[in-house]
Amino acid sequence: MRAALLAAALLLGSIAVAPAYAADDEAEMPHETWSFSGPFGTFDRAAAQRGFQVYKEVCSNCHSMKEAYYRNLDGIGLSEEQVKAIAASVSVPTINDDGEPAERPALPSDHFRSPYPNEKAARAALNGALPPDLSVIVKARQGGPDYVYGILTGYADAPATMKMGSGMYYNKMYPGHQIGMPQPLQADQVEYSDGTKATVEQEAHDVVTFLTYIANPEMEQRKRAGVKIILFLAMLTGVTYAVKRRVWSDVH
Amino acid sequence: MAGLHKSDVKNPVLNWIDTRLPIITMMNKEYAVFPTPKNFNYFWNFGALATVALMLMIVTGVFLAMNYTPDGGMAFDSVERIMRDVNYGWLLRYAHANGASMFFMVVYIHIFRGLYYGSYKTPRELLWMLGVVILLLMMATAFMGYVLPWGQMSFWGATVITNLFSAFPIVGGPIVTWLWGGFAVGDPTLHRFFSLHYLLPFVILAVVFLHVAALHITGSNNPLGIDVKSPQDTLPFHPYYTVKDSVGLCVFLMVWAGFVFFAPNFFGDPDNYIQANPLQTPSEIVPEWYLLPFYAILRSVPNKLGGVCMMFGAILVLFVLPWLDTSPVRSAKFRPLYRIFFWVLAVACVALAAVGAHRPEGLWVVLGRVATTYYFLHFLVILPLLGKIERPLPLPESISQPVVPRGGGPLPTAATAKPMEKP
Ligand code: HEC
Ligand code: HEM
Repeated sequence: MRAALLAAALLLGSIAVAPAYAADDEAEMPHETWSFSGPFGTFDRAAAQRGFQVYKEVCSNCHSMKEAYYRNLDGIGLSEEQVKAIAASVSVPTINDDGEPAERPALPSDHFRSPYPNEKAARAALNGALPPDLSVIVKARQGGPDYVYGILTGYADAPATMKMGSGMYYNKMYPGHQIGMPQPLQADQVEYSDGTKATVEQEAHDVVTFLTYIANPEMEQRKRAGVKIILFLAMLTGVTYAVKRRVWSDVH
Repeated sequence: MAGLHKSDVKNPVLNWIDTRLPIITMMNKEYAVFPTPKNFNYFWNFGALATVALMLMIVTGVFLAMNYTPDGGMAFDSVERIMRDVNYGWLLRYAHANGASMFFMVVYIHIFRGLYYGSYKTPRELLWMLGVVILLLMMATAFMGYVLPWGQMSFWGATVITNLFSAFPIVGGPIVTWLWGGFAVGDPTLHRFFSLHYLLPFVILAVVFLHVAALHITGSNNPLGIDVKSPQDTLPFHPYYTVKDSVGLCVFLMVWAGFVFFAPNFFGDPDNYIQANPLQTPSEIVPEWYLLPFYAILRSVPNKLGGVCMMFGAILVLFVLPWLDTSPVRSAKFRPLYRIFFWVLAVACVALAAVGAHRPEGLWVVLGRVATTYYFLHFLVILPLLGKIERPLPLPESISQPVVPRGGGPLPTAATAKPMEKP
């Protein structure tokens, strides 16, 4: 009884604390169905591979993803050879034997190459706006994958009453609705080799699946281990409780 | 008095050790045969759970520290490196980050258990005060730990909290500069916070040792709040409570694992996955949930210095609680009025947590002030008066004879009849 009261108080408490972290903006968070949600969720390999294509052909022109490595691509179902080939197709800065700055083909162990050498270069090229690093972007925004999906599909014409800053674009999802990123995805922006129709929604869904993988490369392993550990602990709880009942059976 | 210890240990090697350093005898006395009241409920698990949480924090922390770099330019990346490159680094980090929340959850339940059953009353005052010291050290440790990943919330949380000291007249400014090691939160701050974050858990460990030492002098309180009167009231700690604590431990680890494996960022703030940027203030600076009630008290006072004093006062008042509560009856079970106020206090604390999580506007300000006022009223006015006006329910004779004697309740010291003499 007292435990129930306490549990109720804790529950109430967590509900009371929760709204603080909800976006106080009017825009409604989309509710996409993701292959990776839930305790048994996994990454849809085909979607993640299409998402990588979108990232490579579109986002990587402006955004870095510096915490991730080319070798991480094995987690979305690409073979070792494919990963090597993808890495080799990119050249990364290095220092050659004469001590001069040079370029060399990337290896799977290299970090993804950043499009700009530094923050100033990025701002100079993009009207003063800084494209954030995408390595953990889905963990760095309230709403996670749904929010990023909302940004990518949230472009529209600005309402007549709204005065847009120069180089700013109207976006329903973005707080304040003025974002410095031009609409990155258009229908048929990329051509999928598996015949999937490249609508804006499809592209957004795919690239968000990919970015969620990049932010949580350990996720499938983590959830698999978690299921086993919870089952083990549940069994252990049962056994321990049975032993406890035995030990205590002579106490009155 | 010098002299070898007469050990009962059979094994010759262990006997040789025990004769010279009687730790085996001590462990046996304090943990195996230690007489423990037989009527504990599951709320008495939480001390053991807190100890386990502390151990796990130290173990995961030491391994994290092997791979972490406390440098402004590298800290954020080094945490990502732990997540991606270190074998099971994600497990270490998620266990540690969620462990802080688990540790506080368990300790807060432990504290409210003490409040409900009057565990702070004589002769356990010092034991209680050592507990409050542990709480203070935990807050400092967790606050500095939260700065280490060097995300936006790390940086700005550190800025806001350290700035509180500037409220003190004259010495305030220099204290803040001294804390920072510079004129803003920066590299020197991160280095010293890391050093202290490594150190303080071991200080906590030492205070926990004193806490347990004091406990083993006074003996445990129990849900009835009456003293142990005869050996019939107790059970040896092992196996009765080792097995009961194990049940609780399994459930506790299951909850912890649930967060680590399935919702590892549940307690975290998304802003902390953005690298610290001194030039960009986040729209909302919120501390971790376990500090929210104190943060709410801080902001409920319109004056900064007043707010800081009230915030520290909220903890200081716990130190003197044993002398504020004037009722000789410990357990709320026999205190019909106190029981009501206890639950009001619990609700006020949850309300304060909610207030701390919201922008101080509109109704939240009002709620914050009402709850803050109640918090202090509860300890400073209600408890001293309540002991004088409340009529406690009759107390049972003893733990093993939880029958209320006829003709009203004696105060705890008055119950002298031996349970054996009862029919
Ligand atoms: C033309 C360059 C450009 C391209 C291409 C581009 N972005 Fe951006 N992006 C930006 C800039 C600039 C910002 C910063 C906007 C601001 O701060 O107002 C940004 C911001 C973002 C944000 C953060 C929004 C927030 O809440 O702060 C996300 C998420 C994002 N981009 C995702 C993507 C994805 C996914 C792609 C590929 C489909 C992409 N971007 C392609 C330039 C670009
Ligand atoms: C009382 C016990 C402890 C508490 C409450 C505690 C709390 C915390 C918290 C809240 C964080 C931030 C986690 C995050 O958001 O990433 C953290 C990080 C960290 N802690 Fe602790 N800690 C404790 C003990 C220790 C010990 C004993 C060590 C080292 C020996 C340690 C080493 C670290 C390191 C290296 C980090 C940075 C890595 C990271 O952010 O994940 N901790 N701690």
